[in-house]
Amino acid sequence: MSAVLSLSGATKRFGGLVAVNQLEFEVAEHEVLGLIGPNGSGKSTTLNLISGALPLTAGTISLRGSRISGLPPQDIARRGVARTFQLVKLLPSMSVLENVMAGAVFGHRRRWGEEAEAQAMAMLEKVGLARRAHAPVGELTYIDTKRVELARTLAGEPKVLLLDEWLAGLNPTELEQGIALIAALRDEGRTIILVEHVMDAIRSLCDRCVVMSSGSKIAEGTTADVLQDKAVIEAYLGADEDA
Amino acid sequence: MKGMDTKSLGLAGLVLLVAAGLPLVSDAYLLSIGVTIAMYTCLATSWALFSGPTHYISLATAAFFGIGTYTTGIGIEHLPYWMLLPIAGVLGAVVAALVGVATLRLSGVYFVIFTLGLAELIRQIITWGQNVSGAKGIYVLTSITEEHIYWQLLGLAALVFLGGFLIWRSRLGFAVRILGDDEDVARHAGIHTARVKVLLFMIPGAVAAITGAMLAPRYVYVEPSIAFTPMLSFQVVIMALLGGTGRLWGPVVGVIPFTLLWEAISGTFPNQTTLLLGLSFLVIVYLLPRGFVGLIEGGRARMRAGGAMA
Repeated sequence: MSAVLSLSGATKRFGGLVAVNQLEFEVAEHEVLGLIGPNGSGKSTTLNLISGALPLTAGTISLRGSRISGLPPQDIARRGVARTFQLVKLLPSMSVLENVMAGAVFGHRRRWGEEAEAQAMAMLEKVGLARRAHAPVGELTYIDTKRVELARTLAGEPKVLLLDEWLAGLNPTELEQGIALIAALRDEGRTIILVEHVMDAIRSLCDRCVVMSSGSKIAEGTTADVLQDKAVIEAYLGADEDA
Repeated sequence: MKGMDTKSLGLAGLVLLVAAGLPLVSDAYLLSIGVTIAMYTCLATSWALFSGPTHYISLATAAFFGIGTYTTGIGIEHLPYWMLLPIAGVLGAVVAALVGVATLRLSGVYFVIFTLGLAELIRQIITWGQNVSGAKGIYVLTSITEEHIYWQLLGLAALVFLGGFLIWRSRLGFAVRILGDDEDVARHAGIHTARVKVLLFMIPGAVAAITGAMLAPRYVYVEPSIAFTPMLSFQVVIMALLGGTGRLWGPVVGVIPFTLLWEAISGTFPNQTTLLLGLSFLVIVYLLPRGFVGLIEGGRARMRAGGAMA
């Protein structure tokens, strides 16, 4: 089992606040890793450190052994780390297809012209949005905007996919579709880090979980084990004072 | 798509051919308006190539233009005229690249102020240089006629259009559209946004400098207050916005009526030109936020919708 992505001593300070503290974990190839924890525990900040949206205060992040921390986001993206955003970010002046082509043209594996268009179309097919390819993105429903964003990240054939609460805000039917979609990606053997709050999704999708609380890792292991962990339950529900 | 491209290229070629015939049929006054229109077509179209998609409002046109004017003014003594145009272009592009590297990481407002200051800075440096050397201005005496200037500008405009047309279909053009929509997405998609912006900003830099170099013989006497006039920068912005920056042909649609209007205004109210320039700017921003392009395409869309219903 070789690590695709590894964090070592990753730390982020905002002034006096330590948002991420000495974080260590590895993601193996074909693994779906859940990054979970209560609100404000530093999960999204961790994703921002990996994707290069924020610089690290200390520590290193490596992709297949070569260091990516300290690089600007565009270089990290080119080396094969693609992400979605917590608040969906699409390109409003472009069609659905062009949005996805942005990933195909400039991502990890770069294409151009008809090849890029075919790749973007294939990704739209995969997320179930091929029939809306030429629609302006302003006309899409919420889950469809999330699908476009997912297709854009997939289009560059990244080595690691970072999904920042990709399932948040979906209604029960959409959630089922969303989970099925990510399950399909997992079955293709993709390497994914999932920041998520939806417990059903975590249980059914993640091979392993890293649990964060107040910026630190408090547990790591198989999903079933971690969700039984006393420290994890306390972090989510608060300490049971009678116990 | 391909068919439409060929059609618009053909149409552009036809317009160019007709425009090239103007000096053969017009009097001196009409030709001078033609020169002004051709000049602003070069300036506003190249300006919109960068500022349209990125939304960075550049007021550096006068700086590049002045650099070009002085390239001809100083160089004409030492080098053949035809060599001065590419030299001016390279100088303009280099200065644009330097400005770009220094400022394009900043947000829009700082960029606007910096570019406005740039023209003033270069003007002051040249004025200072003249005070030291004792010369006031430079005479540019050539045998180049108004017709020659007009044809040169038309040729440059054709190059700008062809360049814009090719860039629009290139990776660079796609990258700049993406970063104009959302810079975060662009960066995380793998686009080196700073490099894209600097590369694209070099185009109006080079074109404005070449335009200035071509116009120097028309002025005969060049001094800093003519070559670096801030009015030029503002007029280019107004014309480009009036036409609309969403299409390559947009700025021209603004340049032609505005030049004619301006001709009338400066003839009738020579002392109120700055005031009227400001007013026209307000009117355009409030009433035509997407320029004539927006108006035309909005009308087309309504006609199509009406046709579908009928």
